[in-house]
Amino acid sequence: MLAPWFGALATLFCAVGLYLGFFVAPTDHQQGEAYRIIFIHVPAAWMSMFLYLVMAFWAGAGLMFNTRLSGMMASALAPTGALFTFLALWTGSLWGKPTWGTWWVWDARLTSELILLFLYFGFMALQAAIDDPRRADKAGAVLALVGVVNIPVIYFSVQWWNTLHQGASVSLTRAPTMAAAMFAGMIVMALAFWFYSIAASFLRVRCIILERERNNDWVADWLRTPR
Amino acid sequence: MNWGSWGDFFAMGGYALYVWGSYGVALVLMVTEVGLLFLRKRNILDHLDRMRGARRTAP
Repeated sequence: MLAPWFGALATLFCAVGLYLGFFVAPTDHQQGEAYRIIFIHVPAAWMSMFLYLVMAFWAGAGLMFNTRLSGMMASALAPTGALFTFLALWTGSLWGKPTWGTWWVWDARLTSELILLFLYFGFMALQAAIDDPRRADKAGAVLALVGVVNIPVIYFSVQWWNTLHQGASVSLTRAPTMAAAMFAGMIVMALAFWFYSIAASFLRVRCIILERERNNDWVADWLRTPR
Repeated sequence: MNWGSWGDFFAMGGYALYVWGSYGVALVLMVTEVGLLFLRKRNILDHLDRMRGARRTAP
């Protein structure tokens, strides 16, 4: 029921973010216009990690409290998380070619982000392979929780290893090392992706609930009420 | 203002392939995901409607 509101917020923030990104933020003096990929790349990469943490949280809650909705929330987040992980890799590749001279390198940041994509795919494939939804939720939850170890590896990879990927330009402890307009565009786009993720996962969890509970009386009752 | 004309804007200072390749794929993937979700919702609701009809006509 809330999904359309979050969808509208996502569209609004996306419009403002793209305006800031393309018309307000100045051209970068080193990278020219190629840097404008940042307005999707960084928000997508943030969301790819954040959604995995949320997914693992719901998976863990499902294992601990044995609540059915937790498992459904985890399943609902996985495809959107995979989408953002793919986008981070795809836009990174398109940014790497003009700036680093290569589409891909096997450095720590890129490789660990690729592993994140495989974790999402593994989670979805495992759940799809098990017919009983409760067992699928449990198996998926274990995989999601084991995979959490990869998130700090991605985040700190640029500090722990000597990578081609640059360090973080934005941190909580010091001022961002970029122009204010660029920073604003990036944050607004991150919020847009965040609202998009909420809308998409709400839509998906509603489908999952209806599919799993289709033989229960409350679904029939809910269908009778005008919407 | 960064761009003298629409041509300038689409050319992206020579990086059109990389910039529009990023934004285009992002747009296509998100629109596809939302479209598939609406399709999935319609399918399950149709299925539920049919089930309800079958239950009502059953003796």
